[in-house]
Amino acid sequence: MSSKTQLSPAHGAIGLEEIAQRVVEMSRRAGATGVECTVSEGDEFEVNVRLGEVETLKESGSSGAGVRVLFGQNTGSSYTSDLTAEGLDEMVRRAVELAKITTEDPYAGLPDAAELGFLECDLELYSPDIEFLETPSKIAMAQQAERAAMAMDPRINNSEGASFGSTLSRHAFANSLGFSGSYQSSSCSLSAVPVAKDGDRMERDYWFTLARSARELEDPEYVGRKAAERVLRRLGARKVETQKAPVIFEPRMAKSLLSHVFEAANGDSIYRHASFLEGKLGERVAAESVTIIDDATLPRLFGSSPFDDEGVPSRRTVVVEKGILRSYLLNSYTARKLGMKTTGNASRGITGNASIGHGNLFLENGTDSVADLFKRVGRGLFVTELMGFGVNVVTGDYSRGASGLWIENGELAYPVSEVTIAGTLQQMLLGLEGIANDLEFRGSVASPTVLIGEMTISGR
Amino acid sequence: MGISESFFAQKFGITAHDLENYLGEALSRGGDYADLYFEYLVTTSISMDESIVKSATQGATLGVGVRVLSGERTGYAYCDNLSPERIRHAARVAACIASGPASTEKIGFTEADKRDLYPVLSAPADAPLAARVQLVARADAAARAYDSRVFQVQAVYADTLKHVLVATSDGAVTFDRQPMARLSVFVLAREGQSTPQRGHAGGGGRVSLDFFDLEKTPEYFAREAARQAIVQLSAIPAPSGEQTVVLGHGWPGILLHEAVGHGLEADFNRKGVSAFSGRVGQSVASPLVTVVDDGTMPSRRGSLNVDDEGATTRANVLIENGVLRGYLHDKLSSRILNTPATGNGRRENYQNIPMPRMTNTFMLAGESDPEEVIRSVDKGIYCVNFGGGQVDITSGNFVFSATESYLIEGGRLTTPLRGATLIGNGPEALKYVSMVGNDLALDEGVGICGKEGQSVPVGVGIPTIRIDRMTVGGTAG
Repeated sequence: MSSKTQLSPAHGAIGLEEIAQRVVEMSRRAGATGVECTVSEGDEFEVNVRLGEVETLKESGSSGAGVRVLFGQNTGSSYTSDLTAEGLDEMVRRAVELAKITTEDPYAGLPDAAELGFLECDLELYSPDIEFLETPSKIAMAQQAERAAMAMDPRINNSEGASFGSTLSRHAFANSLGFSGSYQSSSCSLSAVPVAKDGDRMERDYWFTLARSARELEDPEYVGRKAAERVLRRLGARKVETQKAPVIFEPRMAKSLLSHVFEAANGDSIYRHASFLEGKLGERVAAESVTIIDDATLPRLFGSSPFDDEGVPSRRTVVVEKGILRSYLLNSYTARKLGMKTTGNASRGITGNASIGHGNLFLENGTDSVADLFKRVGRGLFVTELMGFGVNVVTGDYSRGASGLWIENGELAYPVSEVTIAGTLQQMLLGLEGIANDLEFRGSVASPTVLIGEMTISGR
Repeated sequence: MGISESFFAQKFGITAHDLENYLGEALSRGGDYADLYFEYLVTTSISMDESIVKSATQGATLGVGVRVLSGERTGYAYCDNLSPERIRHAARVAACIASGPASTEKIGFTEADKRDLYPVLSAPADAPLAARVQLVARADAAARAYDSRVFQVQAVYADTLKHVLVATSDGAVTFDRQPMARLSVFVLAREGQSTPQRGHAGGGGRVSLDFFDLEKTPEYFAREAARQAIVQLSAIPAPSGEQTVVLGHGWPGILLHEAVGHGLEADFNRKGVSAFSGRVGQSVASPLVTVVDDGTMPSRRGSLNVDDEGATTRANVLIENGVLRGYLHDKLSSRILNTPATGNGRRENYQNIPMPRMTNTFMLAGESDPEEVIRSVDKGIYCVNFGGGQVDITSGNFVFSATESYLIEGGRLTTPLRGATLIGNGPEALKYVSMVGNDLALDEGVGICGKEGQSVPVGVGIPTIRIDRMTVGGTAG
């Protein structure tokens, strides 16, 4: 095994920027009046160990380029994994061809030249230490995490394994208004998935840590122990009676509520009238303690970047302030559709018209401890896992599978599974009666523990 | 057809000698087995939104994945460039999963028997762009014409054409050309200033573009999406708690995919982490229930001539009259468990390690008249359309979300219900199946299954069935 993550020798990020600029030029020569080109390249490493042995080991790199061309108000897009001159030529030819079959869209275009730019500060998205990590030490971290989990309790008698993964990526973007930028980023993660058995019922759970630098990962032993605690507390789960009761979401689950708010505040949903938040700017949409922020400028975090996927500088946007909806999240297209300004939230994979993405999307901390929230409800459901896709952001209807722990007399009493929780997102946000002070980022969406006054729990 | 006439030989000059050379490199550290997966993929998608063609995208990707097995270990590497140095480099990286002297691989390749489950002379990917644009334009017009309450329509057409070549160190080589096309229609409807409601329909398969003229037209999908949105305008909250549930035929077969299908994938079972582990021969469903996974159904979305490891696909009985019969295997699990291959080794693309996956999963028809199944229920719900589903393999708990359902009162369908999630436990839920209809249908061809970050197209199917007890997650009492 080569001892470090393979870096493809072909190009650094500067090389990618040159490719993007070249594609812009080729497209202009083909007659395009507007051009956007993304080029990206990445290397990945992943090792999974199970019961102490390496199970899979994967190590590779790949690259791709995508272009979007405008001929007046018509757009066409294409992408390729072939970055040779012929590959890029073919890509441009296809995009030009496709622009002929699209319809003129009066709102199509690039951002205004004045809106383009990037953050000058170092967001510290790249840490070189990941490149120098030796394969045996990556394997050892995964082994330690799994071993720590399995040593916790004899009921943990099996494992889905533990994994260490890392990625290095380089991303460049150029457009025909003269924008050209690139950045590198790194990430590594460690996770463990122990399996516990009690009688004839089995449960699994996981814990993971994610960082830009290997130095910032949580300790493998800690990852294993956290995963073990989580799986052990699920053993002996039962269904509860169907009832209305308060529900507390642990941070890992509470962040899914923010993802639903994101989907509803997303300019694409708004202009299509496909959101329960449409037309609610300036109105109360959540309890007064709720402030939701999208901020892509926070150093080291996973939702940060110097510019969005249209070349607009990243920024901080207050989405909900003390319960009042303050802003939608927009790219230049949805901003033009809605008569607003882009919020720098353009996102696209490698090609096509930009959609909307978030930066670091989070709910601001409250003042209570988690124990305070348990005491306040006395009795209710503490949700530690949600399943399925029963969320409709057009109507706000919400119904998902859940498991977790029952709270009795203000304390965790016994595990619960195979129930659903239901309500509407509108009622859930307005009924957000408590927010704990335990916000931490483990990915680009983050929330403290939250308490929702009442939901319908379906069980027996 | 020999290697020299295959797509990769013709277009990229790959020879049998090259393949032997790369496999030799892959086994240079003594692995037990190695394979190469060459993939060339062309995709097109065209989207109409607000009655204009807003986007049209095409792409081409090419790559090769190299896998080496050594005992239960897998080494994997890939490259997106067919230069011999890059492939040999990938092979050397994958080879390092083993540590020993080089293994000798067989010289020469034998081709597997050829079948053609999707004899599409002209793939949708080769059809004129204008013909494909017509499909979304027709869908848009038909959805808007269906009812004046329809006010937003998005129609998306997408096709792919994938060429693959799999060469293995035990001397097998297979190639396949895999076309796919799909049309999806999303509709919003509202009554005056009421809350909008959505509807979605779509379908396709490994078909030529004619399918959308001769079998399922854009108008058919558009009207179906519009109908669902209009129905939802009068929906009331779904009940909560345990209910008698009747599932309509076709797409509600997603129940089988979640409740049993994933739990029977052999990777989970060889590790003993599935709720179905060690239960072959045991009763896991009502005797009325027989479930099959069949990768050989002509033109179906989940079908393949050969799986992504080069194995011929088959029809595999998973549950027979309620008794668990077997698991879905990939190469690794059948090697370790010394079981015949079932043709279920699949991967999203050349960047991914194959694993056991479903193809088209369905329940065989029973004897009940579907009308009679509904009439038999005094109080319950009838679900005909679903969004997605999910399962926790280890506990067996699964969910699937109904997007179109109705109250059953006194054996009759009454009011439409708002969306609600249904939840159950895999090895238990199907024991409550008390009636199975004679109306087996497969879905229209929209299923995408995700597992460990890899998406693959699948099919599902089911006749109308009655389940005496299942928890329904509505908000009404």
